[in-house]
Amino acid sequence: MTEPLPDGPSAWQDAVLAAALCAVAPADLGGIHLKALPGPVRDLWLETLRALLTDATPLRRIPLHVSEASLLGGLDLAATLRAGRPIAQRGLLVESSGGVVLLAMAERVSRVTVAHLSAVMDFSEVVLERDGLAARDKAELGVVALDESASEDEALTPVLRDRLAFTLDLRPLGIHDIEDNDFSAADIRAARERLPSVRHAPDDVEQLCAAAVSLGVASLRASLLATRVARVAAALNGRDIVAAQDLAAAARLVLAPRATVLPVPEMEAEAQDEQPQELGDDADQPQQSPPGDAADQTEDSPQPMDQPLEDRVLEAAVAAIPAQLLASLQAGKMPRSRARTPGKSGAVQRSKLRGRPMGVLRGDPRSGSRLSLIDTLRAAAPWQRVRQRQLATAQATPPRVLVQRDDFRVVRFKQRAETTTIFVVDASGSAALHRLAEAKGAVELLLADCYVRRDQVALIAFRGQLAEMLLPPTRSLVRAKRCLAALPGGGGTPLAAGIDAAAALSDLVIRRGGTPTVVCLTDGRANVGRQGSQGREQALADALDSAAALRFAGVRSMVVDMSPRPHANAERLAEAMQGVYIPLPHADAARLSAAVQFVGRGAESASRAS
Amino acid sequence: MSLPFPFSAIVGQEEMKLALLIAAVDQTVGGVLVFGDRGTGKSTAIRALAALMPKMSVVSNCPYNCDPAADKPGLCAQCADKTTPGKTRQMPMPVVDLPLGATEDRVIGALDLERALTQGEKAFEPGLLAKAHRGFLYIDEVNLLEDHLVDALLDVAASGENVVEREGLSVRHPARFVLVGSGNPEEGELRPQLLDRFGLSVEVKTPEDLPARVKIVQQRDAFERDREGFIAQWKRKDGQVRRQISKARETLDQVDVPTEVIELAAELCMRLGTDGLRGELTLIRAARALASLHARAVVTAHDLRQVAPSALRHRLRRDPLDESGSSARVNRAVVELFDA
Repeated sequence: MTEPLPDGPSAWQDAVLAAALCAVAPADLGGIHLKALPGPVRDLWLETLRALLTDATPLRRIPLHVSEASLLGGLDLAATLRAGRPIAQRGLLVESSGGVVLLAMAERVSRVTVAHLSAVMDFSEVVLERDGLAARDKAELGVVALDESASEDEALTPVLRDRLAFTLDLRPLGIHDIEDNDFSAADIRAARERLPSVRHAPDDVEQLCAAAVSLGVASLRASLLATRVARVAAALNGRDIVAAQDLAAAARLVLAPRATVLPVPEMEAEAQDEQPQELGDDADQPQQSPPGDAADQTEDSPQPMDQPLEDRVLEAAVAAIPAQLLASLQAGKMPRSRARTPGKSGAVQRSKLRGRPMGVLRGDPRSGSRLSLIDTLRAAAPWQRVRQRQLATAQATPPRVLVQRDDFRVVRFKQRAETTTIFVVDASGSAALHRLAEAKGAVELLLADCYVRRDQVALIAFRGQLAEMLLPPTRSLVRAKRCLAALPGGGGTPLAAGIDAAAALSDLVIRRGGTPTVVCLTDGRANVGRQGSQGREQALADALDSAAALRFAGVRSMVVDMSPRPHANAERLAEAMQGVYIPLPHADAARLSAAVQFVGRGAESASRAS
Repeated sequence: MSLPFPFSAIVGQEEMKLALLIAAVDQTVGGVLVFGDRGTGKSTAIRALAALMPKMSVVSNCPYNCDPAADKPGLCAQCADKTTPGKTRQMPMPVVDLPLGATEDRVIGALDLERALTQGEKAFEPGLLAKAHRGFLYIDEVNLLEDHLVDALLDVAASGENVVEREGLSVRHPARFVLVGSGNPEEGELRPQLLDRFGLSVEVKTPEDLPARVKIVQQRDAFERDREGFIAQWKRKDGQVRRQISKARETLDQVDVPTEVIELAAELCMRLGTDGLRGELTLIRAARALASLHARAVVTAHDLRQVAPSALRHRLRRDPLDESGSSARVNRAVVELFDA
C-alpha cells in the first residue's frame, strides 16, 4: 500500500483511491459520481471496486426503470393472494444495506428514484408505508452513480451529486492508463476496524472549510464530506490521527471537482489570519468537547509538515482541477450549477398514473399502474364457480372472491406532454444585429407567457462559425433573462449549424416525452456552411438540408423573417421545415409573442388529438 | 427513527429558525416556505423542530390522529359519531415528507388494495395528508412539484379537510397541517397560488464567512460521531426551546393586539400593494406568536417589524422577470413607515 503521492497521482490512481475510500465507509461518504462511458476502463474500475468490497457488502445494480415497489419493498401480490394474508417483500435498498448500489444510467434516473435514494442517504433508513404495510428498515448504503451523459445537457441531478463525496471522470482514460491496484480487501477490513478511533487534528476542519471557500464550493455538504474522507483516508493509511496527506487527498478528491472559482492568493492569507482568532472562540465553548479530545491527542504527535498545511491542501486541489475548467474559469464563464431537472424524463405521453383515462389493460398493478378494481372483478367473475370448486378440496373456508394474477386490469392514462419552445436566434452581423434587441424582447415576452402556461424555454444562438446553446430547457425565468441579456451579436451566419442544434435539442426533448416547438428568428442570409466553409450558395443548401431533417423529425416550427424587407431565402427555409413563415419587417415583441402562441396551440391540439 | 440533530445546535439561519418557531406556536399562520441553496440545513431544522414539539394526545385507534379535545367539525367521521370519550394515547407530532415523485394515490389516499382483494372489503387507505394531520407536511423542492399534486394540496390546505371521491370511495377526513416547503429558486418558479398559501417565506443562504462554516461542519461531524453524546450536550438548551414553545402556545390567546399595531400592519400592506387580506392576517398572527414567544402580553410595533419581511416578501405583485428581490422592497417600506 502506498501513500497518495503529493506531487500528483494519476487519474487512475485517484479513481482507485476513491474506490478504496468508498469501500471502507460507503454510507458515510455517500458514494461516487462516475462519469464514464461503458467500456473496458469502466469495467476494470468496477471490478476493482467489487474486489475491495468484502463479501458481506453486496454490490447491487439499480436499473433505470426500477419500480417503487422493488426499490422500497411492498406487498408480494402473488404470494399474498395465494396465502390469503399479506406477505411483504423486501426492497432492493434494504437488501443492499451496508453495501454499495450501482445506479445505472444515473443521468436519466427518474425523480422518484432520486427522491427515495436521497432520503435513504440522509436518514439511513427506508420507511415503508404502502399497500397497507408500515415498516422501518435500516439501510446504510453508498451509491455509485454511473453517469454516461454525452453532453452537458444531461447531467446527474444536483440532488444526488451534492450527496456523493467523489466525482470521477474516467472518460479521458484509455486502457493503457490502467495501473496495478494498491489496495486489497484486507486493507479495507483493517481500515474499517480502525475508522471509529481515527481523530482529526484540531484545525483540520478549518483547513478544509477554508479550502472549500477559496475554491468557491458553496455547499456545506462538500466540506462535511471532505472531513469524513480525510478521516477514512487516515484509517486506510493506518493512522490514528488525520495527517496532511489525508487532508490533501480529501481536498483533491472531494473539493477540487466542485470548484467554481480559482483560489485567489489573498484569500488564503485572509483565511489564515482568521484562524487563530476563531480557534480562540471555539475554546471558550464547552460544547466543543469532541474536537477538544482530539486536540489532546495531537499534542503528542507533532505534525510532520514544514510547509503551512493550507497551502498544501490548496495546491493539491488546484492541481486536480482539469485544464479546460481553468480555461473556462479564466474566460469568466464557468458553467454554473446546471439547473435542469433530469427527472423530466418521466413526462411520457402514455402515463401510468395521471391524465385522462384511456381504457384498461391486463397488467400488474405493482409496476406503478393503478388497478381498476371493477374491471379486475369483472374479469374474475366468470371463473368464480370453477375456482371455488378447485379450492374447496384444498381449503376448509375459501375466501369469498377468488382473484388471480391474470385477472388484474390496470388503467392507462393519457397526459398532455409538456411543450418546450426552442428559440433559434440569428445573432450574426448581417441583418440581425440591429434586430437582436427586438428578438430579445420577443423572447422575454414569451417567457412571461411560459410562466403562466408552465412551458419550458430553450435558447440557441448562432453567429460566427457555430451555434451555441445559451440556455438548456428551463422554467427559470431569472436564468433565461440573464442568458438573453448576455447574448452578443456579430459575425457570419451559420444558419445550418443553428438548425442542427435545434434539431438535436428537439430530439432530446422528444425522447424525454415532451413536445418541442422550434422558433427560428433569422433573415435567412446564410453565409457559413456546415463545414465552416464560406459561400452563400453552399451555406443556403446546407441550411435547407438541415431544415428538411427537422421536418422529418416531426417538429413543429416557425420561421420569423427578421430582414428589413421580406426575403425569399427565409420563406424557402420555412417551406423546407414545413413550418409557418412569418415575415416581420418590423417585428415588435408583442406581435412575435402572439405568433408563437398560435403555433404552440396548434402543437397542443395535435398532441391531444393523437 | 434515527435521532434528529438538536434544534438549538443549528448554527445561524436565525430567520428560518424564527419562522419555524412561529409556525409551531400558531398553526394558523399557514406554513413556512424556505427558499435557498442546497445543504443549508433546511430539512435538518424542520426535523429538529418537530422533535421539540410537545407530544399530542390522540384518540386511540383513530387513523387520522384526531384530537380528543377538539370540537365536532374538526373530527373524522368515526370520532364524531362517538358519544363517550374513548381512550387516548400520546404520540409525537408527525413530520411527513412528501417526496417529489409521490403519486396522487399516496398523497390523498386510495382504495386499500390488499383488503379489497383478499377480503373483498371496500376500505380507505389514508394517504400522506391524513398522516400529516396536526403535524408538519414537508415538501422538499416544492417548486418542482407536479401541478396536479399542487392542485390537490392547495385545496386541502385551504379547507383543512381532505375529500376523496374516487374508485367508488367517498371519504372525508380532517387534514390540517403546517405546510413547510423548501426549494432552490434557480430551478424554477413556484406557482403564484401555492406561493400565496404559505404564511411565511424565508430566504436562506449558505454562510460565507469561514468561522460559521467551520462551526457548522464541526457540529455536524461531532453529531455524527456520537449522536447520543451530542444530544445530551444540547439537552438543556433544547429543553429551554421546548418550554418556550409550549408556554407560548398556552399564552397565545391572551396576547393583546392593540389597534395601532393593526393599523400599522394595514398601512404597510397598502404601501406594498399586497393582494387580499391574507398578508395582513398573517402579519398580525405572526407578530402575536412572536410576542408570546418572548412572553409578552402585548404585541408591539417592533414585533411587526421583525416578522414583516417573512410575512410579506412573497406576496408582492411582481413582474416574473424582475430580478431584484422582493426583500429589498419590503425592507424599504418598513423603514419608511416605522422610521418616519
